[in-house]
Amino acid sequence: MIPASFDYEVADSAAHALALLAEHGEDAKLLAGGHSLLPMMKVRLAQPAVLIDIARVSELSGIAIDGDEVVIGATTRHADVASSELLKAEAPILAYAAEQVGDPQIRHRGTIGGSLAHADPSADLPMTLLALGAAIEISGPAGTRTVAADDFFTGPFESVLGPDELLTAVRVPRGGPGSPGGTVPWGYQKFVRRANDWAIVGAAAYGGRVALASMGGTPLRALATEAALKSGASIDEAARLAAAGTSPGYDFHADADYREHLARVLVRRALEGKAG
Amino acid sequence: MTEIKLTVNAVIRSDEVEPRLLLIHYLRDSLGLRAANVGCDTTSCGACTVLLDGESVKSCTVLAVQANGRSVTTAEGLVAGDGTMSAVQQAFRENHGLQCGFCTPGMVMAATSLLAENPHPTEQQVREGLEGNFCRCTGYHNIVRSVLAAADKLSGAEVPDSGVPNSGVPNSGVPNSGVTA
Repeated sequence: MIPASFDYEVADSAAHALALLAEHGEDAKLLAGGHSLLPMMKVRLAQPAVLIDIARVSELSGIAIDGDEVVIGATTRHADVASSELLKAEAPILAYAAEQVGDPQIRHRGTIGGSLAHADPSADLPMTLLALGAAIEISGPAGTRTVAADDFFTGPFESVLGPDELLTAVRVPRGGPGSPGGTVPWGYQKFVRRANDWAIVGAAAYGGRVALASMGGTPLRALATEAALKSGASIDEAARLAAAGTSPGYDFHADADYREHLARVLVRRALEGKAG
Repeated sequence: MTEIKLTVNAVIRSDEVEPRLLLIHYLRDSLGLRAANVGCDTTSCGACTVLLDGESVKSCTVLAVQANGRSVTTAEGLVAGDGTMSAVQQAFRENHGLQCGFCTPGMVMAATSLLAENPHPTEQQVREGLEGNFCRCTGYHNIVRSVLAAADKLSGAEVPDSGVPNSGVPNSGVPNSGVTA
């Protein structure tokens, strides 16, 4: 399968990428690793007239500490997030989650910003960044803005990111063995039947925040579970509420009832600090 | 059309390509390098795996223009000028690491990348490291055995040679394809 024809532009800076977006409007798509966009273009689910390649914009890549947060550039690849000693020390759940994405070849290409912008409700990083309470930095014609992960996802493969905007970075709180405040308890669970697959259900717990994948049109917080934990419920009691307020779909892997069951089990395991 | 200039198996190539041309088709159809195969064409099976700047990628999901200025290595490029196969390739032959052979070039490239990142993998790490490569003959046991044998060979004193000169990563089997000499 070969994508439909398009024009190819290479951005040499974030400002250049924004200028190209302004020039080409909704006909343009940003290309970083291309591991969500190119498969969609091959099957004509996406057919942009222009691709703007931002993979060579060095200012959009990298991992650094900034005060109480770690800032990860949008085009930082999953492999670099997974192997980052800084993230293992400061936000180990994120390094772990990045290692769960796809397979090694995919992690050599796919980027954290691309995963967020694609907004797949079953993906690893959107769920994890929701659990972390990440902040997402966006640049556009009107300047820059920061959006909480809680407010970023609006539907399946939809987010608040405008067609003329560029996701530039992700900020996560410091909370690992190398952080001043020490490690925030975390757990991560991804249930799949096949290697190299998306989560049938996923659960990420970080401190008192719990997020779910594949339990609705966006990654979701398990708010009933969080509230129960806050009022002193046991992990078992709180995990029993994990599916409350969710709206899982069905496919050949699982129906909605089974997904709700998985959510309860996986949230319990995640709250027990298990990673798997 | 877009002009690209890249290094493929230590040879510098310049071409005019359509932006939509996939790297796998550039390698196979434009350059005649047929080791990498088109399998699933959906980033799943790994038959099209090649190295991009020394790291494994699925070339059915990379545009040729994305490889502009970078170096690409295919299984052909692992073979030394005198025909000597790389340690990974030899290990696949010695350990019956292939049956029909369709997945083999991708397996070899994924294994080469894996050993560059982790020269001493456990069996479990090899299995996880080859997660992106399917063998529909289901010959995984001997494939894993081949990769472990290659790791032993590359780290052993008697065969330190990766099979490729000027390797940027010691004993990794990954050629420094930026070097054309």
